[in-house]
Amino acid sequence: MDLEEAKEFRERCTQCAAVSWGLTDEGKYYCTSCHNVTERSKEVINTGAIPNTKIQAINRGLKRKRKLEKGWDWYVCEGFQQILYQQAEALKTLGVGPELKNEVLHNFWKRYLQKSKQAYCKNPIYTSGRKATVLEDNPSHSDWDSEPDLLSDFSCPSFVESGTDSQPDGHTPKPFPISKVSQSETASICSGSLDGVEYSLRKEKEIVKMTMPRTLAFCYLSLLWQRETITLSDLLRFVEEGHIPYINAFQHFPEEMKLYGRDKGIFAIESWPTYEDIYKKVIEIAKFLDLPRFPDITEDSYLHPNILCMKYLMEVNLPDEMNDLTCQVVKMTGIGEVDFLTFDPIAKMAKTVKYDVQAVAVIVVVLKLLFLLDDNLEWTLSNIAEKYNEKNKEDKPWFDFRKWYQVMKKSIDEKKQKWEEARAKYLWKSEKPLYHSSIDRAVVYKRREMVVSLQKQFSALVDSAPTVEKKSPSSFQFNWTEGDSARTCFHGHGLQGILKKKGQSLTTKNSLYWLSTQKFCRSYCKHVTTYEESNFSLSYQFIINLFSFLLRIKTSSLHEEVSLIEKILFKRKYGKTKKKSRSRKGRKY
Amino acid sequence: MSDFSEELIRSKTEDDKEESCVFSGTGMSFPWLQKHIGTVETGGKKEKDFAQTTSACLGFIQEALLKHQWQQAADYMHSYFQILEDSDSHKRQAAPEIIWKLGSEILFYHPKSSVETFNTFADRMKNIGVMNYLKISLQHALYLLHHGMLEDANRNLSFHCTYIPHLLYPFIYEDDYAYNTASQNMFDHSWKTSVNLRALIQTPGVWDPFVKSYVEMLEFYGDQDGAREVLTNYAYDEKFPSNPNAHIYLYNFLKREKAPREKLISVLKILYQIVPSHKLMLEFHRLLRKSEKEDHHKLGLEVLFGVLDFAGCTKNITAWKYLAKYLRQTLMGNHLAWVQEEWKTRKNWWPSFHFSSFWAKSDWKEDKALACEKALVAGILLGKGCRYFRFISKQDDQVLRKKIKQIKKSVKKHSVVNPGL
Repeated sequence: MDLEEAKEFRERCTQCAAVSWGLTDEGKYYCTSCHNVTERSKEVINTGAIPNTKIQAINRGLKRKRKLEKGWDWYVCEGFQQILYQQAEALKTLGVGPELKNEVLHNFWKRYLQKSKQAYCKNPIYTSGRKATVLEDNPSHSDWDSEPDLLSDFSCPSFVESGTDSQPDGHTPKPFPISKVSQSETASICSGSLDGVEYSLRKEKEIVKMTMPRTLAFCYLSLLWQRETITLSDLLRFVEEGHIPYINAFQHFPEEMKLYGRDKGIFAIESWPTYEDIYKKVIEIAKFLDLPRFPDITEDSYLHPNILCMKYLMEVNLPDEMNDLTCQVVKMTGIGEVDFLTFDPIAKMAKTVKYDVQAVAVIVVVLKLLFLLDDNLEWTLSNIAEKYNEKNKEDKPWFDFRKWYQVMKKSIDEKKQKWEEARAKYLWKSEKPLYHSSIDRAVVYKRREMVVSLQKQFSALVDSAPTVEKKSPSSFQFNWTEGDSARTCFHGHGLQGILKKKGQSLTTKNSLYWLSTQKFCRSYCKHVTTYEESNFSLSYQFIINLFSFLLRIKTSSLHEEVSLIEKILFKRKYGKTKKKSRSRKGRKY
Repeated sequence: MSDFSEELIRSKTEDDKEESCVFSGTGMSFPWLQKHIGTVETGGKKEKDFAQTTSACLGFIQEALLKHQWQQAADYMHSYFQILEDSDSHKRQAAPEIIWKLGSEILFYHPKSSVETFNTFADRMKNIGVMNYLKISLQHALYLLHHGMLEDANRNLSFHCTYIPHLLYPFIYEDDYAYNTASQNMFDHSWKTSVNLRALIQTPGVWDPFVKSYVEMLEFYGDQDGAREVLTNYAYDEKFPSNPNAHIYLYNFLKREKAPREKLISVLKILYQIVPSHKLMLEFHRLLRKSEKEDHHKLGLEVLFGVLDFAGCTKNITAWKYLAKYLRQTLMGNHLAWVQEEWKTRKNWWPSFHFSSFWAKSDWKEDKALACEKALVAGILLGKGCRYFRFISKQDDQVLRKKIKQIKKSVKKHSVVNPGL
């Protein structure tokens, strides 16, 4: 054992009077000249994170000091657990109920560990270097006390805060055996975690390997289960804005969980999550975990299209009256039905609805219904509205598309510019640098020091005056208020100018419509349609760009969703074999 | 209204980038294909956002520099430093140079920046990697000169010169002109700098522009010995890489000094070994011809043939003139063996290389005098039956009639290929 570790122990040996101590595996001091073992143990310094004295004793017993860096032994999935914990905490700060963290996410995670055979099962997977002691599910097994349960291991705090016992409820405790680790410490490929190298090489077909993007998929599944008022696009935006730990989340591991080598590839991610990617992973994980049907999404859930449409209409400064129309479209297409909206992974064609994208797509369809968006009619209608508004200044103004366009264009351009600038300035690298091995450690640290000193020098040159404060997280990216002369608020504007009476009900003045997609692709490629910008009107492009930026999704994704809604809405049109680029349809409600 | 459609069009071209789709003539778009095409360059891996944001950052820096917005540039620069830690080793290695160029420009113009800030920055950048050391040092010195800080520049250079490893000379080769002017400036200002340069030149490397200027200065101040010593060292020191220019400089210097012929010959001999096709070889030949030693004469012939071995010299009339004349001289001096020795290795390829019928026609068309000289040589070496000679001798030209007659006579007399023998 390292003599260094026992340096602080300065007593003379009772047998041979030398002052030369080492530490046994049990953490007791022994004299290196006569091998006399004392009863004195090395005290564990930092017990801050340990709630349980039992676990403290375990620590002294089992934990070995590592050659490269002193610290605890930890496994990769423990690292992910840490991160999920941090993310759950962050969600709590955002206003999500505590059950998400304590119950939902916790259970999902446990299930994952079970399914991936990393814990809570009979035969956990190990690398060849380790001796796995397989334990039967006998809680009174003599070794149980000395082998900490994975989830109650002090190195990652338990999800259940209030619980006194660290055993998860409702599961027979199947211990996670830790055998004597003999990691070859002379290997140049190494990792701070015990199984980092093996983990990154693992390639089992049926098992979904945990990655950083998948942590967000877990978060979203929990949010969806709880039917919280955070959509997937909101979640990912919060990640980008830094309200939810993701990039460099590993920096908040406890001090003793050392990270280096292969861990870097696992935990240090250098890309933001994309909607499409996380969405796929959500479904993948839900299937892998064999989850049952999720709680129903009913008309009063936030995620119901009626409510989400209202939210987005407000956000993009469109009149409230349009909500009637969106509800109509929702009703006609049947996308507001409980069975359609609720996520059921076990269903034959498992899919979850992209609630936010769908809601926005509905709004696009409504805009097309009202204004046609052929670079012509919308401006004509705007002229009419403008004329009316000029003559009738006291009445409720008619919604003027042109004015709305001008206001929104300016706002969105500003926002986009700021967003791009913020992204360009984003600092990816963690404060504590990650190195590959003992060889490049010094170099990596030096580099970091260099970067920090250069940054310091240049930040002195930058105007210290207005520092952009970190924005407080909000569901809304735009806020519009009545009475603000600089930025007109259109919420209260009326749609009279574009609707006309037809008998008892109102219908749109515009009686034409064009379909976003004439024919859907049915072949192997995963897209049902593509989006070639130049085929579409500039107004349509503007609308699509606006909403895609809002949700931070690809324009093609939104276009696809719009097409799918139209597919349902104009079923008959698609049923016919001949193609028509325009259809005459009267909207009646 | 049409005007707003126009506005839409204008704005569209501004925020154009969005998603670029792969175009095909029929109007089909394959965005997924674009994505895959994009990854070909990166070997199949999708570009990380780190790479995307840092390159966007670079774009912003460059834009700010163009618009002279130093504050903005510094702000983005602050974020850009992270490329020094890029996981991609290629980008990481290229980083210091980019950062030096941008950073030094910002610090040069930024109102809040001072000479001290610049110095600190330069010192930091020098510590990142040896390759950059000298380049930055010299540019740093230039900056200081700009600000009239001659002493500092001097001190800077002398301090750093002692650390220069010989690995750095490829960089000097590149920026020859820049460093030449730089060195010129320095010489015009101060004599003291020469001391530093002297130290510099003593380190093995290729310092052509420095050496040239330094020697000029020494000559100007009348220090011939010093100049000679420097040049001799530079040319002969074994530790220095083999550099033809070194010998050229030395030769020219000795010529100016009117050094004895022996000396000049010995210098050029080395140059002959390094660059046998150099134009100085003709001068070398002349020196050898004038010499009294017989082996110099032999070498003279060798050198001439050597020069004409190279494609670049095939139309050099002086070379041919010399060869024609010298062949006659050699043969008259009963040194047939020499000629045969030289011709032995060349007889297989010189005929088609120099004396083909194509060349005969082409040379005659282009330069009749040249053709005549070559014809003489051809006639001597290949006999009067060879194509070249026959073609030329058949030509009827007012001006050269006499000459051609002379050539025929010489060939008859001197031809190595003698049907009679």
